[in-house]
Amino acid sequence: MTAAEYDRVPRVVGADYESPVAHSLEKIWASKPGLLGWISTVDHKEIGIRYIVTAFVFLIIGGLEALMIRLQLARPNQALVTPEQYDELFSMHAITMIFLYASPVLSGFSNYLFPLVLGSRDMAFPRLNAFSYWIYLAAGLFIYASILAGAAPNDGWYNYVPLALRKYNPGPNIDFYALGMIFLGISTTVGAANFVVTFLRMRAPGMSLNRVPILSWGTVTVSIGNLLAVPSVSLAFFFLWTDRQFGTHFFRANSGGHPLLWQHLFWMFAHPWVYVVVLPAMGLVSDSLPFFCRRPLVGYTAVVIGTVTTMALGFGVWLHHMFATGIPFLALAFFSGASFAIAIPSGIAVFAWVATIWSGRPVLTSAFLYFAGFVVMFVIGGVSGVVTASVPADLQVTETYFIVAHIHYVLIGINLFAVLGALHVWFPKMTGRLLDETFGKWAFGVIFFGFNLAFLPMHWTGLIGMPRRIYTYPAGLGWETPNMITTAGAFVLAFGILLFLINVALSLRNGRLAGPNPWDAPSLEWSMPSPPPPYNFPVVPRIASRHPLWESRLPEGGQGSELRNGWVLDHGKEALATTSLDAVPDAILKMPDDSPAPFIVTLAMSAGFAGLLMQAWWLAGIGAFAAVVGLLVWLWPERELEQRAGSPT
Amino acid sequence: MTDIAPRLDLPVGSIGRHANGWWGMMMLLVTEGALFVYLLFAYYYDAVQHSRDWLPDDLPGFKLSLPDTIILILSSVVVWRGESLLKQGRSAGATAIYLAVGALMGVVFIAVQALEWSGKKFTPFTSSYGSLYFTITGFHMLHVAAGVFILATLSLWCALGYFNRIRSAPVSIGAIYWHFVDAVWLVVFFTFYVTPRLGLG
Amino acid sequence: MRARLVVLSAALFEPLSSGRADTFPMSTLHASGLMAKRVLPLTQALLIASAIVVVIITALVLIAILRRGQTGVVTDTPIEEVGGKGWISVGVGLSTVALTGFVVWTSMTMAEIANPPSKPALSINVRGHQWWWEFVYENDDPSKIFVTANEIHIPVGQPVRFTLNGEDVIHTFWVPSLGGKTQLIPGQTNVTWLEADRPGVYRGQCSQYCGQQHAHMILSVFADPPDAFEAWRADQLRVAAQPASAEARIGEQRFIGSCSACHTVRGTPANGHVGPDLTHLISRTTIAAGELPNNPGFLAGWIANPQGLKPGSLMPDPEVSGPELASILSFLVTLK
Repeated sequence: MTAAEYDRVPRVVGADYESPVAHSLEKIWASKPGLLGWISTVDHKEIGIRYIVTAFVFLIIGGLEALMIRLQLARPNQALVTPEQYDELFSMHAITMIFLYASPVLSGFSNYLFPLVLGSRDMAFPRLNAFSYWIYLAAGLFIYASILAGAAPNDGWYNYVPLALRKYNPGPNIDFYALGMIFLGISTTVGAANFVVTFLRMRAPGMSLNRVPILSWGTVTVSIGNLLAVPSVSLAFFFLWTDRQFGTHFFRANSGGHPLLWQHLFWMFAHPWVYVVVLPAMGLVSDSLPFFCRRPLVGYTAVVIGTVTTMALGFGVWLHHMFATGIPFLALAFFSGASFAIAIPSGIAVFAWVATIWSGRPVLTSAFLYFAGFVVMFVIGGVSGVVTASVPADLQVTETYFIVAHIHYVLIGINLFAVLGALHVWFPKMTGRLLDETFGKWAFGVIFFGFNLAFLPMHWTGLIGMPRRIYTYPAGLGWETPNMITTAGAFVLAFGILLFLINVALSLRNGRLAGPNPWDAPSLEWSMPSPPPPYNFPVVPRIASRHPLWESRLPEGGQGSELRNGWVLDHGKEALATTSLDAVPDAILKMPDDSPAPFIVTLAMSAGFAGLLMQAWWLAGIGAFAAVVGLLVWLWPERELEQRAGSPT
Repeated sequence: MTDIAPRLDLPVGSIGRHANGWWGMMMLLVTEGALFVYLLFAYYYDAVQHSRDWLPDDLPGFKLSLPDTIILILSSVVVWRGESLLKQGRSAGATAIYLAVGALMGVVFIAVQALEWSGKKFTPFTSSYGSLYFTITGFHMLHVAAGVFILATLSLWCALGYFNRIRSAPVSIGAIYWHFVDAVWLVVFFTFYVTPRLGLG
Repeated sequence: MRARLVVLSAALFEPLSSGRADTFPMSTLHASGLMAKRVLPLTQALLIASAIVVVIITALVLIAILRRGQTGVVTDTPIEEVGGKGWISVGVGLSTVALTGFVVWTSMTMAEIANPPSKPALSINVRGHQWWWEFVYENDDPSKIFVTANEIHIPVGQPVRFTLNGEDVIHTFWVPSLGGKTQLIPGQTNVTWLEADRPGVYRGQCSQYCGQQHAHMILSVFADPPDAFEAWRADQLRVAAQPASAEARIGEQRFIGSCSACHTVRGTPANGHVGPDLTHLISRTTIAAGELPNNPGFLAGWIANPQGLKPGSLMPDPEVSGPELASILSFLVTLK
């Protein structure tokens, strides 16, 4: 290509995955082999799988921390760990599970699935996508480096001041956490921007907003939430860091600062974050539960509206984490009402799932069992949330194990159950092989039993007054038995997870071949081989209904989605942009090639953050400078990408 | 497929609002805007909890800040003019000069702001007001510096002949960022320099 | 069958309604005070309603599976779109009614517990420290103010006002059987109230994570009949008596030398404010903020090795010899 082409009429061809067009696309889109190729790839499917694998590594680490906590609490007056070690364990367990597992694992699914279900060749910003993964990995390693330094974060995941100020916590523990969270926030933010723009711009022609899979709605909703909420926590941690290192006064009560400002900034972020780690998981279930109920989801529109409304209300209820802070009851009454109200849009999804199961013909696969379990866990986590919405009741149960039980029903029940079920669904797409069903059902049974054994009695532990975050407790308060049961349950749960992982390991090698569509599912990713080729679609698909692969079988399904005959975009790496609302073709996008720039910029930023941590300002300076240079190279206009004016030659 | 393809010839590559980069910049502005909302929330949160004595005795004055504000607004006009020249198909060289002038005005803004900082009797380490004043104006100043860097880079790219009437998306995207930084300043200015005189805080 | 159901429901709700105080001293489901009593029915109703919702949804899912569940291969079952639309409107409608009811109940309860039924005659200033409680019995007459630690006495049947301050980090004041939690936050004064309606000892504990020894920050509220309370108060107002024995007098001097920078014993020159006021140490039932029983053996062990018993505590291991410790102990046991 020499002269710039400003406009083009794409040619229309019929092509499947074996056609010459497909072969030439394969050459254009494939990543190079070798280490450099591995570092440089921008393939969303590769990145998605990396996200999921990394998140599972953190899940395992966080799980081991949980087991140590449970051993310490199994009986009263134990001393298996010191108080300091216990504080680091429960803090790292929460940080790991909430920030390094729960949200990234969903980013993994969304990264993998977004272009596939939307009918696109890649995300809107492929290099940014690689960048968000590398930053996530680097931030996770940064936070975990604290363990090597013998100074892991130890003030809990919500890290209240003044306890987290230097006076009460002089070591570098909290600096690891503060800088690590700011670092991780960059990953979350660029990832969120990528999802939103992909959702708005990269849908296949004809995929209007009412035909988009629920997962995409969930992810785009929480991504907008992230864009608005993450700055709050990054700022809070920045304030904390400067208070600790330089003696500013944001949180210091004696010089005009306010400890409560931390709680506001933290929960303004962290309450919406609860929805960030569940709404996409709910989307996974809403999309794939119908595969196994052999019918479309009941109430698509209501579920979408419920998803968006939940997030919007989620920004208005942060104060319900602060009912005990002495804020006047009048203000609390408003937030209490809002916290009750948020149960309604969340409830829509529950009734939609129950209706889908009830009126469908549920096929009892492992995935279905996880989803059915998920619905019940969702309700338990939901109603215990409603209890805490009531200020007077909350003043009794807050800061106790009742809340710990609640948050585990949310994070394990609504996130992990959905994720494990979704892995049963999409593992065949990712690897080409099915997970073993018999093994899968056994693992489900053990996980379901272990989880409920551990956490259902924990509500009771809270109601009989056991506060959170105590490293030991005396006998005689009635806390012995429920704690022992919870510990036993935790080990059963861990054993179940182990079974699941063994199933994954065995099925990777020996699993039954999946074929393109093992579940006879309706969405676009099932129209392609498993695993999919790097270019995803040989021609631009045209979408005419919500269930393209089912439309011949549904009464009002509509006809005419066309997946094998359409525009072929093959002048280099190309993708189609469409308009935001109606998905009308809008432009031919030149997609960037693989590039090591995201990895290199991540290295530079890691050096910068390490410099800030060690107060080695020269290192921070070098890191920042290198990152800026890297970004400049990354963004330098390229003729191949039609970012520059073509000079006639 | 006429129903979904009203036009058959599609623009190719990076063109104005068809470019994903433009949409990416919108996302950046949303999250940056939120960042400044939280910064100002911190300020107003502290302000409403204290009486007048929380504010310094000598409130931030207009002597330097007002001219500085005018410089920043004018710089936006300059950048806008440079961008529209490019879109009208004039020579990219003129745009390069306009963008360079815009960047230079940003540098002047920072210099004047630094001068104002040096005259303050309080520091970030004396009280929460000082911490907030320097942090919020400092965050903004960092954004101006980033904007200066962006304008300078775009000016260079224009001078290198990278852009023309149609391939001008990076200039538009950079210009939006600059206008955003200006708009944020107006809110910061209003907060620190105007509201205390209105009896707020 | 019917009898069995009654037994079953009794077994289910018995814990919710009584929460036997002797077996579960920290139970939130056992109310011995006015505020807790006003809240308890709401909490119970929320829990029961929650359980009912969980049971209904679980039953629906199970019945659906039993009714139409297929065990074959997914692809063998055909696709069919049938009904289901009514579920959402009915479900959301019913939930909205229930939630609205609870919003109203919540608001009414908040109004009931916002203020005590009558103006409290007694006001106690609670100061949270890492990791112990300081209580200042306030009074308009400065000579009637006294300070104690970790254990308080209040008169039965009268509301008591508590003003709460965090002296270092955030703590939470909580006595479950009397009422809900309020945080002690540095830089602000929170206010709450409690009223015990029968005599007894009520256990409380800091519930906001406050550092290494958060687990050992326990308080006890002794609700006394008014006469007994007045007697206790009069006793607390006394300054420490001159020790009778010679050894105790030597111990007093050593105490002043080694301990007075942190501890106060009214009537002696010891007037430190870092640790608990020890003027009436022996009148308390526990030491180390509820961690250990208060008897000479534990007291000796605590003084000799606080860092072993409560790692991270601000009380340092002593730099005095065994005999010196013994004499300090002989002084402390006189602080009745």
